[in-house]
Amino acid sequence: MGQVVLKGINKFFDGVHAVKDVNLQIRDKEFMVFVGPSGCGKTTTLRMIAGLEAISSGDISIDGNVVNELAPMDRDIAMVFQNYALYPHMTVYDNMAFGLKMRKFARSEIDKRVLEAADILGIGELLTRRPRQLSGGQRQRVALGRAIVRHPRVFLFDEPLSNLDAKLRVQMRVELKKLHLRLGTTAIYVTHDQVEAMTLGDRVVVMKDGVVQQVGEPLELYNHPSNKFVAGFIGSPAMNFAAVTVTEANGSLIAENSGLRIKLPDETAQRLRGRIGREVMLGVRPEDLTVAGGADLGHPCFDAVIEVVEQLGSEILLDMKVGESIMVASVEPTAGVSVGDKLRVAMRPSRLHVFDPQTEAAI
Amino acid sequence: MAISAVSDTTLREAPPPRRHRLLEDERWLAFVLLVPTIVLLGMFIAYPFMRGILLSVTSSRVGMPGDFVGLANFYKIFNDGIFRTSVYNTFLYTGVTTVFKLGLGLWLAMLLNRNFRGKALARAFILLPFIIPTVLSTFAWKWMFDPTFSVLNWLLYHLGLITGRINWLGDPDLAMISIIIVNIWRGVPFFAISLLAGLQTISPELNEAAAIDGAKPWQRFWHITWPLLLPVTMVVMLFSVIQTFADFQIVYVMTGGGPANATHLFATYAYQIGIGTGLLSEGAAISLAMFPVLFLVVIVQLLYIRRVEVR
Repeated sequence: MGQVVLKGINKFFDGVHAVKDVNLQIRDKEFMVFVGPSGCGKTTTLRMIAGLEAISSGDISIDGNVVNELAPMDRDIAMVFQNYALYPHMTVYDNMAFGLKMRKFARSEIDKRVLEAADILGIGELLTRRPRQLSGGQRQRVALGRAIVRHPRVFLFDEPLSNLDAKLRVQMRVELKKLHLRLGTTAIYVTHDQVEAMTLGDRVVVMKDGVVQQVGEPLELYNHPSNKFVAGFIGSPAMNFAAVTVTEANGSLIAENSGLRIKLPDETAQRLRGRIGREVMLGVRPEDLTVAGGADLGHPCFDAVIEVVEQLGSEILLDMKVGESIMVASVEPTAGVSVGDKLRVAMRPSRLHVFDPQTEAAI
Repeated sequence: MAISAVSDTTLREAPPPRRHRLLEDERWLAFVLLVPTIVLLGMFIAYPFMRGILLSVTSSRVGMPGDFVGLANFYKIFNDGIFRTSVYNTFLYTGVTTVFKLGLGLWLAMLLNRNFRGKALARAFILLPFIIPTVLSTFAWKWMFDPTFSVLNWLLYHLGLITGRINWLGDPDLAMISIIIVNIWRGVPFFAISLLAGLQTISPELNEAAAIDGAKPWQRFWHITWPLLLPVTMVVMLFSVIQTFADFQIVYVMTGGGPANATHLFATYAYQIGIGTGLLSEGAAISLAMFPVLFLVVIVQLLYIRRVEVR
């Protein structure tokens, strides 16, 4: 079992309100990712769950027991740190065995568990080495090994992949996912990388300024962001935003600003009925913009001038000037476009997002 | 091409002075750069050391060059009861003070390594005994241990712990304890600050990882902090042992080696015989007797530090 519940958690650091009234239920066996920009309170929240940071108010419970006052070692959790935090004077074996030795496990049991973990992680040959003799990826595996030998109820990961180079990071990400499927232990994972959040998480918590912005499955966040921050944070390249005014003409709703004028699709128009004459924030993802062709008949379209062409091989990113503002479109690599071209760009009508310009909440 | 041709001719027109060309050679440059150090070390360490050795095998006194007498001086001091007492005292003094300085210094360092209000100020204050000139602070201590004016006696008396005066510096054992206390007081800041610097190089994450791994505070110290602090500890101990073994100031000011030569160390006894009595050669022999011990200490500790560091 490994169900973690956070109820009304607050954290103050010298008068700074770092974590604000966080309520979360992390289910048993779930892979939960905390994501957000640095300083959003995600690591502090994780450290409070670990018991490394005191809670200013609220309750944390694991499997129904409030653990607020329990020392880290009594919470039955294991943590993987950003800088691995391997004991530099101990061999890989001793690093992994340390937690078991402290808990007075029998030597044979320690041996069995360490070898088993080393086998899972493919570090059997490294057991007699010291951390300084290992590469970044190997250290990462040892840090994981140290966590899994303990068979804890919950794994806590504090940006464990951020010190690895890009290629290794992708590889370790896949291995972490496999490891979780294999062990089935509840995992709470902190990252600032939205790709890691999307790929690893069963569910994702997006945080900003100590406040939980949205909790949901990755695709739910992508398709239905609850506010402008989540919309901009999830997805790469980031969502395009344009401030537009809603007007009515011939019974349909029009969104317009100095650079574009589009007829809103019915589904979006319905939500904006009450806002005629007012300003809203329109959001559209780069991948939901296409170079307008025959198939886009009836889709909202606007004119744009290409300023930069970024060839990524699998796609092309176009930085386009639309009126006064800049929008990014991700288009097919076969699109024959070059800098300075004037284009007609089409939006996928079902993929339009609208936000309140003041509260930034999705409408 | 044109540019390089021009610079070629300018080079040929103005060849660098000869001494510059010599310095281009790394062997010469290395030698020139080493000269100041060699001169200083030679004048102030090697020469006095050699003179000391030469002096110790003669019978020279103040105003009398003396003759070569072989190891007679060494034979004489090894049969000298006061010398034996000084040897014993020096080992006792060094051993006891080092243990206390390490223990107290480590304790202070761990306290100062915590976060608290006024941390910077406390760290600065800790250094005070180390900053004050030893002779001055030792004079202050001498007053505190004075049989008549002792503030310690006054305190103990008013706390009801003693009924009569304690003659701190008049009793051989108490005098030894007194100078040991002063040495500890003076040496703890060095240990505390050096060990604090060592503690700050240990990532707090290691202690957090150990806490999650189930290590209690004492186990975290024993399994994590202490082994990682060991290289720094050994260096600090090395410096401290050398300094304490050859200590002079505290004993000279506090007791002058007394009462009845009971608190002499190598250095103070060598001074008393060599300068005080004028038996230069015998004094030289006494201070040279320190050399093998210190040499051994340095070798052992340096080897140990190297072993710990390559781990």
